[in-house]
Amino acid sequence: MPAHVPNAGLSRRDLLKQTGGLAALAAFTAACGGNTGRPSSGGGGGGSKPNLSQWYHQYGEAGTQQAAMRYAKAYPDANVSIQWTPGDYDAKLASGLLSSKGPDVFEGHFNISMVKSNQVVPLDDIMADVKDDFQPGDLATNTLDGKIYGIRMIIDPQVIYYRKSLLDKAGIKPPETVDDLISAAKELTTNKVKGIFVGNDGGNVLGGPALYSSGGEFLTKDNKPGFGGARAAQAFDKLHELYASKSVLLGAPTDWWDPTAINQGLVAMQWIGMWAVPGMQKALGDDIGVIPFPKLDAQGKPSVYSGGWTQFVSAKSANVDAAKKYVKWLWIDKQDYQEDWSLSYGFHIPPRKSLAAKASKLQSGVAADTVKLTQDYSYTDNPAWTPKMGTAFTDLLTNVIKKGADPAAEITKAEKTVNDELSRLFG
Amino acid sequence: MSAPAKTSTPVEPAAPGARRAARRNKGIKGNTLWFWVFVGPFVLGLLIFSYLPILWSLVLSFFEAYNTATPSKFVGLRNYVDMLTDHNFLSSLGTFTIFAVFIVPLTFVLSLALALLVNQVKIARAFFRSVFFLPTACSYVVASLIWKLSIFNGVRFGLANTILGWFGIDNIAWLSTVSPPWYWVPLVTVRLWLQLGFYMILFIAGLQRISPSLYEAAYVDGAKPGWQVFRYITLPQLRSTSVAVLILNLIAAYQAFDEFYNLVGNVNYARPPLVYLYGISLGSIQDLGHGSAGALILAVIIMIVTLLQSRILGFGKAGD
Repeated sequence: MPAHVPNAGLSRRDLLKQTGGLAALAAFTAACGGNTGRPSSGGGGGGSKPNLSQWYHQYGEAGTQQAAMRYAKAYPDANVSIQWTPGDYDAKLASGLLSSKGPDVFEGHFNISMVKSNQVVPLDDIMADVKDDFQPGDLATNTLDGKIYGIRMIIDPQVIYYRKSLLDKAGIKPPETVDDLISAAKELTTNKVKGIFVGNDGGNVLGGPALYSSGGEFLTKDNKPGFGGARAAQAFDKLHELYASKSVLLGAPTDWWDPTAINQGLVAMQWIGMWAVPGMQKALGDDIGVIPFPKLDAQGKPSVYSGGWTQFVSAKSANVDAAKKYVKWLWIDKQDYQEDWSLSYGFHIPPRKSLAAKASKLQSGVAADTVKLTQDYSYTDNPAWTPKMGTAFTDLLTNVIKKGADPAAEITKAEKTVNDELSRLFG
Repeated sequence: MSAPAKTSTPVEPAAPGARRAARRNKGIKGNTLWFWVFVGPFVLGLLIFSYLPILWSLVLSFFEAYNTATPSKFVGLRNYVDMLTDHNFLSSLGTFTIFAVFIVPLTFVLSLALALLVNQVKIARAFFRSVFFLPTACSYVVASLIWKLSIFNGVRFGLANTILGWFGIDNIAWLSTVSPPWYWVPLVTVRLWLQLGFYMILFIAGLQRISPSLYEAAYVDGAKPGWQVFRYITLPQLRSTSVAVLILNLIAAYQAFDEFYNLVGNVNYARPPLVYLYGISLGSIQDLGHGSAGALILAVIIMIVTLLQSRILGFGKAGD
C-alpha cells in the first residue's frame, strides 16, 4: 500500500476484519438491547434508588410532556423515566405489558382482561384514605370483584361544541333530540362549511353516546349485551341518517379529538372532549356553546361519555411497591400537580371531588356548562367491556353508518362476538 | 545388487508444496472463521428473530393465549376453525383480492411502460432512471401521510379536491366514502408511486439482456418497429422477468399493511389480512392464539398461490 494513503498500515483484509468484527458486535448488542424507557442501572446518580419507567400516550396540548417529566424529576424516592409515545399507544402498551421490559407505571383504560392476564396490581391500599373523594363512576370503571386497580388521572367528558354565531345566524336553537341534530347539521351546511364533524370515519365515536341516549348500555348489570333491541337499532339508524345527510365533514386533516376543524371554520359543530376548550377559546373567543349528545326521543335522555385516563401499576414490574409509592405520591398526595395536569394545558375535570370543586377555570363559561352536563348525563366504561367486544361494536357501527346495513342484523352479529367473549370471561 | 543410496534431495522439492498446503489449510481455517464472524450474527439474528418466532407462533396457534405470549390452554385446532369461519378474516382476504386485481396488472403494465420509455431515452438516462426509482426509497408511512394529509384529504384545500374544484366538481371525501369506494384511489396510487420504480429497474435489466442482433434480424425480416417488434421480440424475451414481477407483486399485495393502516385505519371495509391480524394479535385485543393461527393460514395461502402461479406461468422452466 502506498505510503501516502491514510492508514497505510491497515491492509484491505485487516480493514474488513475489523469492520466485520465491529458490525458483528453492533448487531449482537443491538439484538440484546432494548429501550424500555427505564434509566440504566445506576444512571442519573440515583445510588440505591429504584429505577421506574412511566409510560404516557402523546397528549395533544403543548407543555404536557414537559410537565410529566418535571413531576417525575421531582420525585425523591426513585429514578423515574418518562416514555412519551406518539402514535398507536394502546398497541405499544399491550406489547410492553407482555414482558418485564414494559412499564412499571402506565396510563391506560381498564378492562377485565388486564386482571385475568395478571397485568395490573390492586391499588386499594393506597386508595383507602381518599376513596370517598372520587366520583362513584370513576371508581366503578376501575374496579373488579371489589378491588380497585387504577387511579383516575383526569376526567375527559366528550360532548358537542358549536359555534353560537352560526346557529344564531341560521335561527336554530341548540338541538335537543337526535332529529334536531340532524336537521341543524343540514341547515348549517353550506358550500364552505359542513354542519358537524364527528370524525373522519363518519361517526363511530357517537355509537356509545347514541346507545345511551336511547336508554341502552354496552353491558347490562348482569353482564349481558345491552345494545340489542329496537331502540338501540333506531339510535344506530339515526347515525346513518346523519352520515347520509351529507352535512358531516369527512376527510379532515386531523380527527375528531383535535379542534382544528371547528377552529378553522370548516364546521359549525364538532364532537370533541373538554380538553380542547382552551384551544377553541383561543381561536373562537366566546363563540362556543356546548350540548350533550341529544336524547333519541321523548323517552330517551341526553348522554355524555365521561372518558379519561387512569394510572396503573404493572404486575410485571420488578419494583411493584416502589411503583405504587410513586403513583400514590403523584396522583394522590401531590394535589398541586394534579391541578396543573388537569387545568394548565387542556381542560380536564380533576377526578378528586375536592380538587374539582375549587378548580376556578372550570367555574365559568363553556367549561362550567360542560362540567354541569357531565354531572347530569355522564356514563363511564364498563370494565367487563373488552377491546374484542369494542371491535365488534365498531364493525357494527361502520356497517350501519357507512354502508346503511340493517341495524338489527348487525346487532345480532356483534352480540354473538360479545356473548362468546362473555362466556370465555365469566364461564 | 544393492540399490543405490538415496540422498535426501527428493525431500527438498516437496517442502514448498507442503508449506503451501499448510498455508492453504490455515487460510481455509481463517476464511471459515471470518465467514462466521461476518455471517454468524446475521444467521443468529435470522434464527432468533425470524425462525424462532415462526415456530413459537405455530405453538401459540394451538393454544389460548390472551394478553400473553406464553401458551396457557391447549385448544387443538379450534383457533384454525375459528379463523376459517371468521367472516372478518374471510372479508380481509376479499379486500386483498380487490387490491391485487387493481395493483398487480397496473404495476406490471406501468412499470414495463416506464422501463421501455427510460430505456429509449438517449440523454440523461441515468437521471430518469433515478427519478423514477427514488420513491422506492421513501417510507410507506411517510408517503401514506402525504397522500392522506396533502393530496387526498377531503376538504377544499386538498390537492385532488383543488384540481376538481377548477372543473366545478364538489369535494370528495376520498378516504371516508364507501359508496362509491373512492378510498381505492389513494390506496392504489400510493403503492404505485412507491413501487413502480423498483419493477421498472427489473424490466430495464431484462431489456438490456436482449441481444440487439434479435432486433436487427427482425428488421431484416420486415418487422415494423413499434408494436410488432414489442409483441414478437421484446415481450417474449422478457418472459422470465415478467413472471418474477407478477409473483413478487402478488406476494407484496398479500403483505399490504402500511398504506391501509395509515390511510384508512382498521376499518372492516378496507382491511387486508395483515391489518386484521395485527388488530387481533398485536393491537389492544392481544389474542395471540387466533392471531398466530390466522398468520399461519395466510402464510400457507401465500405459498400455495405462489406455487400455483409459478406452475401456471412456467416460472423456472429450462431456458428462462
